[in-house]
Amino acid sequence: MFAVKTLTDREYLAPGHRGCSGCGQAVAVRMVHKALGQRIVVACATGCMEVISSPFPQSSWEMPWIHVAFENAAAVASGIEAGLKALRHKGKIDNRKIKVVAMAGDGGTADIGLQALSGALERGHDFLYICYDNEAYMNTGVQRSSSTPYGASTMTTPAGRIQKGQATWKKNMMEIVAAHHIPYAATASPSYPMDLLGKVKKGAEIKGPAYLHILSPCPPGWGIEAEDTIGLGRLAVETGAFPLYEQEEGKIRLSLDFDKLIPLEKYLKGQGRFRGIDQERMDYMQERVLEMWQDLKRKAGLRELRPSRFRKEGVKWIRTS
Amino acid sequence: MGKTRGMEVSIAAAEAVKQADVDVISAYPITPQTHIVEKLSEFVANGQLEAEYVTVESEHSAMSLCIGSQAAGARTFTSTSSQGLALMSELVPIASALRLPMVIYLVNRSLSAPLSIWNDHSDVMSIRDSGCIQLFVKDGQEVYDHLFIAYRAAEKQEVLLPVIVNLDGFLLSHTFEPVEVMEEERIRQYLPPYRPLYTLNPDKPITMGAFAPPSLFTEAKKAHDETLKASHPYLEKAWEEWAVISGRRYRPVEEFNARGAETIMITMGSLSETAREGVKILREKGQNIGLLELRQWRPFPQEEFRQGVKGVRRLVVIDRAVSPGSTGGPVASEICSALYGMEDQPSLENYVAGLGGRDVTVEDFLNMAAPPSREKKYAFSIHGAR
Repeated sequence: MFAVKTLTDREYLAPGHRGCSGCGQAVAVRMVHKALGQRIVVACATGCMEVISSPFPQSSWEMPWIHVAFENAAAVASGIEAGLKALRHKGKIDNRKIKVVAMAGDGGTADIGLQALSGALERGHDFLYICYDNEAYMNTGVQRSSSTPYGASTMTTPAGRIQKGQATWKKNMMEIVAAHHIPYAATASPSYPMDLLGKVKKGAEIKGPAYLHILSPCPPGWGIEAEDTIGLGRLAVETGAFPLYEQEEGKIRLSLDFDKLIPLEKYLKGQGRFRGIDQERMDYMQERVLEMWQDLKRKAGLRELRPSRFRKEGVKWIRTS
Repeated sequence: MGKTRGMEVSIAAAEAVKQADVDVISAYPITPQTHIVEKLSEFVANGQLEAEYVTVESEHSAMSLCIGSQAAGARTFTSTSSQGLALMSELVPIASALRLPMVIYLVNRSLSAPLSIWNDHSDVMSIRDSGCIQLFVKDGQEVYDHLFIAYRAAEKQEVLLPVIVNLDGFLLSHTFEPVEVMEEERIRQYLPPYRPLYTLNPDKPITMGAFAPPSLFTEAKKAHDETLKASHPYLEKAWEEWAVISGRRYRPVEEFNARGAETIMITMGSLSETAREGVKILREKGQNIGLLELRQWRPFPQEEFRQGVKGVRRLVVIDRAVSPGSTGGPVASEICSALYGMEDQPSLENYVAGLGGRDVTVEDFLNMAAPPSREKKYAFSIHGAR
C-alpha cells in the first residue's frame, strides 16, 4: 500500500522534459515510476512521451530505457525479458529481479501496436504493459485513433456539416486484454494517485504479463485548460466514462463504486473536442456509458444502478450537483 | 579437425547457431527459412542448446524482439526470407543504428508479386542501405563457417553492427552437401562469450534510441557510414583467424582464374559455383576469362574490387534482382560506380538472371560470357526472358 507520506521523494522522470503544461501523461508517468523504482528496464513506443523525454543528447529517464519504433513496444519488451532470462539462466548476470515495462500511447496500443501486444500477452512474457491513453494521436497533432471517444472532434474526424466528430465507439482494450487470460489488468487515472500506485505495484509484482490502461487527459488535444487535467480525470471516472477497475484471474473488481453517477454531460461540456455535440448524440452516449457501467457492475457481482431503464425513468439516480 | 558429414545445408546452419551458443532466437516461419528454425527449436526442446527460443507472431516482432534481447546483452539470432524481411525492414536499420551485433541468416527468396517462394536476391537488395554488414556465401561449408565469422566480426567493440549472411533459398538451403562441423573447443576458442559494451542494466542506466534533432542527425548518419566502412578490416581479420583454425581462407572478393583475364564475370551467392564450371569450359576452349565472386556486399570492398578488375577489358556482371526503372541491376550499378574514374575502364555487360527460382545453367553462363556481336561500352538485359 502507498500513502502520500511513504511515497519516495526520488524522481525517475527527470524534470526539464518538453511535456505540455498540464500533460496528464507526464503526471501519470511520474507516479508510475515512483511505484516501479529503479530495478526496471523500459521499452517505450514512439509517441508524445518518447519525443518529450529523449532529444539526444538529453534524456529524462533515470532507468535503462529504449525506444525502437511505434508499434513494437510489447515485442521489444518481450526481447528484453527473454534476453535477461537467458543471461540469468546461463549465469551471465546475477539473480536480482529486473522488471521489464513496456509503455505506449493509445495508438501504439489499440491500433498499430495491437498485434505485437497480443503476441506478447499470449506468449506470457513476465512484463508490465502500460497504455497511456490520451484518446487520439496527439503527438502528430490530434488525429483520431480507435481509442478516441464517440463524438470527439479530431483533425481527422472534424465536426463538419455532415459528419460530427468520431463516429465509432471507443475500442475496449480491457476486454481485448481479458481475452488473453493474463493474470492482471487494471484501469487507472493520475487523478486517483494512490489507486494508480497500488495497481502499478501489483502489476509489477505479478509473475507473467500485466496490463495497465491509464487515462491521460491532454490539454491541447481535448481542448481543456492545463489546470483542468486532474479535475477532468476525476469526472471521467465519476460519470462512468472511464471506470476504475481490476481484472484478476477472470474476476472483475471495481476500484471505485458509486451509487449515483454524475451526468456525462458534465464531463463532456468542459472539453473543446465535444463542443457543439447535439442532444441526440449526448443522449446516445449517456445511454451507452450507463449500459457499460451496469454491465461492469454485473460482472463485478454488484447490484446494478436502479432503475435499470434509465432514460424513461428520469434522472433521479444521477447525482446532479 | 572436425568431422565432415553429408547434411542438408539448413541443418548445418542450425548446427552453427547451436555451436555459437546463442542466448536468444526469435523467428517467424517462412519458406525457405523453415528448416533452420525448426532444427533450432528441436535443439532447444532437447536441451542441446541453452537458449530462449521465442516463437513470435510476425517477423516485425521477431526483429523487435531481437533488438530488445541484444540490447539487454544477449547474443541473438534470427533468420528470415523475402516477405519476412520486408515486414521486418522497418526495424533492420534501427538495429544497425543502435549498434546491435546480431546475426541474421537471410535465406534469399523473391519478393512478391507475383508470389514466388523461389530464389533470387530481390529481398536483400530491398534493405541494401540498412547499414548492416551484408555477406554472400556459395556453398554449405561457407554457410556454416560464416555464422561464426559473422559473430566474431560483429561483436568487436569497434564494429557492433548486425551481420546478414545471405544464402540462396532452396538452391543452398535445401541441398545436401558435405560440411565439416568443427570441434566445440575450436569454436569456443574462435568465438569467446559475448561481452557487450552497453546494455540495458539498472545498475548503469542508459537511454537507447533517443531522437536526433536536425543539428545532430547528419552526424549520426556519418558516424554510421564510417563505422560500417571501418568494419572491413575486422571482417578480414575474422576470415584470417578462421583460416588458422579451419584451413579455409575467405576474402571479400574471391578470384577464380581472374589473374590476367581479359574478360571477368562477376557473381554473388550460389551462382558462383555454376559460373566456375562455365569459366573452366571456356578456358579449355581458349577464352581468356575469369570470375570474381563478390562475398562482401556491404561494406563494399572498393579497393579489392578495383584490384581484381585492373587491366580487364570486359566485365560481365550477373545480377539476381531487377532494379525497375534503373539503368541496370543493383550489383551492376554498384560496380559502375566503383569503376568511375578508373583508368582504362572495361566495358560492362549486365545480365539479370535466375529470377524467382529460374535455373541458371552452365550453358547460360557460356551464352552470357560469349563476346557480343557488336562491342558496346555498356549493355543491359534480362537474360532468358521471353
